[in-house]
Amino acid sequence: MTMLDAKIPAGPLADKWSNHKNSIRLVNPANRTKLDIILVGTGLAGAAAASTLGELGYNVKAFCFQDTPRRAHSVAAQGGINAAKNYRNDGDSAFRLFHDLIKGGDYRAREANVHRMAEVSNQSIDQMVASGVPFAREYSGYLDNRSFGGVQVSRTFYAKGQTGQQCLLGAYSGLIRQLARGKVTMYPRRDMLEVVIVDGEARGIITRNLVTGEIERHSGHAVVLATGGYGTIYYLSTLAVGSNASAAWAAHRKGALFANPSFVQIHPTSLPQLNDYQAKLTLMSESLRNDGRIWVPKEKGDRRHPNSIPEEERDYYLERRYPAFGNLVPRDVASRAAKERCDAGYGVGDTGLSVYLDFGGAIEKQGKKAIEAKYGNLFEMYNKLAGINPYEEPMRIYPAGHYTMGGLWVDYNLMTTVPGLYAIGESNFSDHGANRLGASSLMQCAGDGYFILPVTIGDYLAERFRTPRISTDGAEFDAAEKEARDKLERIMAVGGKQTVTSFHKRLGRIMWDDCGMVRNEAGLQKALSSLSELKEEFWREVKVPGRLDQVNQELEKAVRVADFFELGQLMCRDALSRKESCGAHFREESQTPEGEAQRIDAEYSYVAAWEHKGEGSDHEFHKEPLKFENVEIKERSYK
Amino acid sequence: MKIKLKIWRQESAEAKGGFVSYDLEGVSKEMSFLEMLDYLNSTLIEGDEEPVAFEHDCREGICGCCSLFINGRPHGPAGETTTCELRMTQFEDGSEIVIEPWRSRVFPVIRDLIVDRSAFDKILQAGGFISANTGAAPEANSIPIAKHKADEAFDAAICVGCGACVASCPNGSAMLFVAAKVSQLALLPQGRAEAKKRVRKMVAKMDELGFGACGNIGACEAECPKGIKISHIARLNREFLRASI
Repeated sequence: MTMLDAKIPAGPLADKWSNHKNSIRLVNPANRTKLDIILVGTGLAGAAAASTLGELGYNVKAFCFQDTPRRAHSVAAQGGINAAKNYRNDGDSAFRLFHDLIKGGDYRAREANVHRMAEVSNQSIDQMVASGVPFAREYSGYLDNRSFGGVQVSRTFYAKGQTGQQCLLGAYSGLIRQLARGKVTMYPRRDMLEVVIVDGEARGIITRNLVTGEIERHSGHAVVLATGGYGTIYYLSTLAVGSNASAAWAAHRKGALFANPSFVQIHPTSLPQLNDYQAKLTLMSESLRNDGRIWVPKEKGDRRHPNSIPEEERDYYLERRYPAFGNLVPRDVASRAAKERCDAGYGVGDTGLSVYLDFGGAIEKQGKKAIEAKYGNLFEMYNKLAGINPYEEPMRIYPAGHYTMGGLWVDYNLMTTVPGLYAIGESNFSDHGANRLGASSLMQCAGDGYFILPVTIGDYLAERFRTPRISTDGAEFDAAEKEARDKLERIMAVGGKQTVTSFHKRLGRIMWDDCGMVRNEAGLQKALSSLSELKEEFWREVKVPGRLDQVNQELEKAVRVADFFELGQLMCRDALSRKESCGAHFREESQTPEGEAQRIDAEYSYVAAWEHKGEGSDHEFHKEPLKFENVEIKERSYK
Repeated sequence: MKIKLKIWRQESAEAKGGFVSYDLEGVSKEMSFLEMLDYLNSTLIEGDEEPVAFEHDCREGICGCCSLFINGRPHGPAGETTTCELRMTQFEDGSEIVIEPWRSRVFPVIRDLIVDRSAFDKILQAGGFISANTGAAPEANSIPIAKHKADEAFDAAICVGCGACVASCPNGSAMLFVAAKVSQLALLPQGRAEAKKRVRKMVAKMDELGFGACGNIGACEAECPKGIKISHIARLNREFLRASI
């Protein structure tokens, strides 16, 4: 085990980022044109980075698996994007935003990164408004804000329930502008299979062209991953079904440490599973909790229609347990509370695995029109998917796998442990600790992509302009391509009888049951052995039809699932090694008498970072100790 | 329930395609339309046949990946719905469902039901942006925008770029798609500086790529899964005219 150095700049918290910007190396504009940057993933973080790096003069090669960056999963973020503008004069500031995020992350995030994210948040809003993002406005013509997910100020900017779509399209418009200028070259419909390391530095990637099946080599002076999260490991999650961990895992296999892999946010307000064929769970924005009240019947197994259950026979359990925050408690707390009620037999719906989210009172008080203006598109979506009209009866919701706080370990410059290999947005671990607060994902992606990476990467590239364009003919490229090709051929050669999806479903079930909302020693051990059996069965029984040299969607899925087995094992090991509860990571062995998460700061105030030691070997554990100098560590209470 | 599927199969862009029929039993009303196709694919794979290739990702109506002509209508029979939001409750037991890729010369088939919609990106690349460099933006509240204008811009901005407008248009026109972007940026003060150049370039690119002309038929508005209004085409025309004189 080693202690990792995040290279956090010295000085007071609020000055660190400015000091760092003032002291790191810059690249001369004339030299930037000699430098190629590979960027994988073109969601909000990737598109923002591509446009900004292109403007600076670097040559960007951008890759995505979709047909266009417009479709990246950032598009699905609903509720909003935070910034410390203090437009409401309600006492907000960068420090308060930082403070909320550190507390919300249950004191498992790095102070300096979080403060920087809060600092640049305002600039991201400015940038987006300038790019034509149509955020909601008040009648005055000024930008509107709402309160969102577990905070007491209104700092969330939004565009109805389509904030992610609008932010992504704004960043995408910057990217295509650079495409037109020739500074960004777009490689859509590509899966990244390998990172190529030359002389210890990231110098290229191997991709599969998803149309022709061709295995391609691409080189650059640095590689940036903006490849998102891995919540699809649960099979059913709120993520787009194509979201995957394979690029991050390829980087991990080549030496990038993976941090806090077991920190996964389970979102409290998703549509419950309706049938066995379901391919995903649809998220209902948590902004709904601003006006909706969550309840279950006080009587176990009460099967009456919700509208005929009188007020006094309803248990508004969040308001009861957390009177200070009520329905607005953070996501992890709300999710566990729903699971607790359902496990105790109070859940509603056919399966007993859902709770009510009720707008009856809000409609009565504010009128249908006001509610429609705020949530109209969400109500419509719910009605389409569940066949229930939320204006007339309560929605039914249940928690679902959503966001991964864990990811590739990065230092203050957002560089992984492989020199020249960066990770931004959800693909890194750095900003949300053990739990992410609502509307902070878009904030991080925009900050990383627009304002942080384009500066910090200069420090690394400052000396690389002397390195001539990197050839893709070297032995390292040969070896990486062979590795990628071998893996694909190995999958195709299995020739078993079971579909990839059937394996993914079973994998998801194991992870959801034992490495989901609640974890314990015995369950995690059981999951580990089930995973290794299932993985072995996969490599014996999976069936992938078709050929390598054509569109082959089953093959794409198979590669992702194969990597998920290994990631799943690492998630379980990580969860086992952290014998405390913190944020979304709830170990049954570590809870307060009231059933709340019990942190053990003396032992676990660190980032766990895992090193891949080769196929078949155990990961090596490393630590980044966390220091809190600017916040008082408290029990995270929402009572 | 039991349904009869007639699906366009085409191995590659060069290969000749054709309809193939499948009888599918065990379909549940609770399935979404794409879950029904997932189910079909699992039965095909188990029966040693190649699954049907189709595009999809978010499965909640926002990414714009899914497409499909279903019984002659883009995104199927339900109004303002993407294919991924479509439920099998829309179909009767025993019914026949014909599934084709988007019908447009400009969107060639890649495989089965997957088409190449990169022409849309080319149009946007021609001018569908505001040239605001990172870091140069003024304070966000320095330019108030009347709420009704911002809302109208938003109503255009929610286009998911699926291509249903083109596929539904007898002329194969991309006017609604182009109008949505031109209109969004024309309505915002930030977008005015480049408005003339933008509309000229985007329209020129649209014509160059071979999209047809608008005949005011309105099929695009009727079939748009996001309910984007044809009035944006009127604004596009005004903007274009203003830019041309």
